[in-house]
Amino acid sequence: MTDKFISIEGIARRYPGAGGGTTTVFQDFWLSMARGEFGCVIGHSGCGKTTVLNILAGLDEPSEGTVIVDGQGIEGTSLDRAVIFQSHALLPWRTVLGNVAYAVSSKWRKWDRARVKAHAQKFIDLVGLTGSEHKHPSELSGGMKQRVGIARALSITPKIMLMDEPFSALDALTRGTLQDEVRRICLETGQTTFMITHDVDEAIFLADKIFLMTNGPGAVLAEIVENPLPKERGRIDLHRHPYYYALRNHIVDFLVSRSKSFAAEVTDHDPRHVPTVRPGLGEPVIVSPPRVVEPNPAQSVAR
Amino acid sequence: MTLSLRFRAAIVSLALLGVFLGVWHLATRGGGATATMSPEYAKLMGLTATQGKSAMPGPLDVGAKLWEHLKRPFYDNGPNDKGLGIQLAYSIGRVGLGYLIAVIVAIPLGFMIGMSPLISKALDPFIQVLKPISPLAWMPLALYTIKDSSISAIFVIFICSVWPMLLNTAFGVAGVRKEWINVARTLEVGTVRRAFTVILPAAAPTILTGMRISIGIAWLVIVAAEMLVGGTGIGYFVWNEWNNLSITNVIIAILLIGLVGMLLDQVLARFTRMVTFPE
Ligand SMILES: Nc1ncnc2c1ncn2[C@@H]1O[C@H](COP(=O)(O)OP(=O)(O)O)[C@@H](O)[C@H]1O
Ligand SMILES: [Mg+2]
Repeated sequence: MTDKFISIEGIARRYPGAGGGTTTVFQDFWLSMARGEFGCVIGHSGCGKTTVLNILAGLDEPSEGTVIVDGQGIEGTSLDRAVIFQSHALLPWRTVLGNVAYAVSSKWRKWDRARVKAHAQKFIDLVGLTGSEHKHPSELSGGMKQRVGIARALSITPKIMLMDEPFSALDALTRGTLQDEVRRICLETGQTTFMITHDVDEAIFLADKIFLMTNGPGAVLAEIVENPLPKERGRIDLHRHPYYYALRNHIVDFLVSRSKSFAAEVTDHDPRHVPTVRPGLGEPVIVSPPRVVEPNPAQSVAR
Repeated sequence: MTLSLRFRAAIVSLALLGVFLGVWHLATRGGGATATMSPEYAKLMGLTATQGKSAMPGPLDVGAKLWEHLKRPFYDNGPNDKGLGIQLAYSIGRVGLGYLIAVIVAIPLGFMIGMSPLISKALDPFIQVLKPISPLAWMPLALYTIKDSSISAIFVIFICSVWPMLLNTAFGVAGVRKEWINVARTLEVGTVRRAFTVILPAAAPTILTGMRISIGIAWLVIVAAEMLVGGTGIGYFVWNEWNNLSITNVIIAILLIGLVGMLLDQVLARFTRMVTFPE
């Protein structure tokens, strides 16, 4: 861990449970990301992914622990951390331009109308919505709505983009196109991005690091998977890469079986030092944690 | 197809109107049996008894009288004889003023109730008790404290139109989608700007629906209120003409009350459509 641009430090989230007790969604949760990295969280429904993202966004507060971004503990929401919502959350009474301009004028309050408009237009063009500026969200397809959401998030030039299953409601074709664009934009701008997804291929295509979460309640970050695929990768021929299947199988195996049995099987899990693995040819290789001395560097992670 | 449906509906409406006017005309044409009675008593009973003419005016009488009124809507021959235009203007003025005050009170208060669960819970018992009180029940209290009949009528309009607006505003504000609020929060939009740029547009259709219900109730109540306080207004006109036994004028007033009520409703319906957004 060299540069901890985002550092989630020992957060917990509890809800009052049935019968006066408390339900712990997760606790002692640690996660860090470097500047410019693209991180994807994968885990089953209800394990607390959205909760982690909302805490990172400042929309929710952890019951314990802190989140540090760029060397500062976060307090509430911030224009530095833009959120792309799963349900796109566009304001239906505003046009496409109106929605993006709302974000722009919220960040730069002193800008005049023309300047706000020009800036918003730049990002509408960037996501390929030129010509639809004056449409209302109800006149747009699901994919176009999500593009507006992306334009709105990018327009405030945030330090971090947070995306909660942004493409899960879209058809496969639209999803693919949007994945391409998000990847292009993130690579061009060096955007630090934290994203939640259900879709293993989406994570493989987009992410530098994939965070695997076990099932809740009491979910833990089980493993960090480093993406062994080259930076220049295409969505179409992703599956031709020699490492692709090792990576994919590793993640799918986790989701199918290990996410359930992890808590019972791994008793010495240290949430502060989550193992990082890098699947490639043959068995996945553990490249971290730094503290634990592994006798055999090629040892399988499946313990 | 929709056009032809509308066209056909219009034809049916006109036919129904024709049938109604025809039946009305036939029923009031007169020619009924003249009762045999002493001349003094017959005089008291009026034309009904003496000539077999119905006391109920026919559509032609009403039409002729209406035409007279329409020619001079704004004459003023003293307290008991004013043009219908003047009477309606008094009523609309009272409704407008009472309603406006209700808007000014109900919308900010509704915002507070909608945004704060504490205020909502604290005010709830008061609202629950005050809401079902007939607005006219306030009239004696209003007359006693305000001592001005016209202002009392305005107060009654205020009190009857405030509830639907208050409750709808609170409901609309409390029901604004969490994700829209979250958008504003992630953009660090302050409370006041958030209220105007997110909550108000999101709740506007619900608020306007409340305002539309209110204007309808206010127009219902003003007639009754003016019958009580007297002096001016369309409600007073109805009561006065009843005392004059001028059923023709009463019918004309009823017709106009209906038309004005419809107009008020249409205006609010248009505003509601303006703020309604498709999702
Ligand atoms: N307001 C709440 N009260 C009680 N439990 C909640 C509340 N919100 C979320 N949870 C619980 O927290 C867990 C994690 O939710 P969430 O973060 O939305 O999961 P995910 O996004 O991974 O599907 C779920 O099991 C859910 O039941
Ligand atoms: Mg979720």
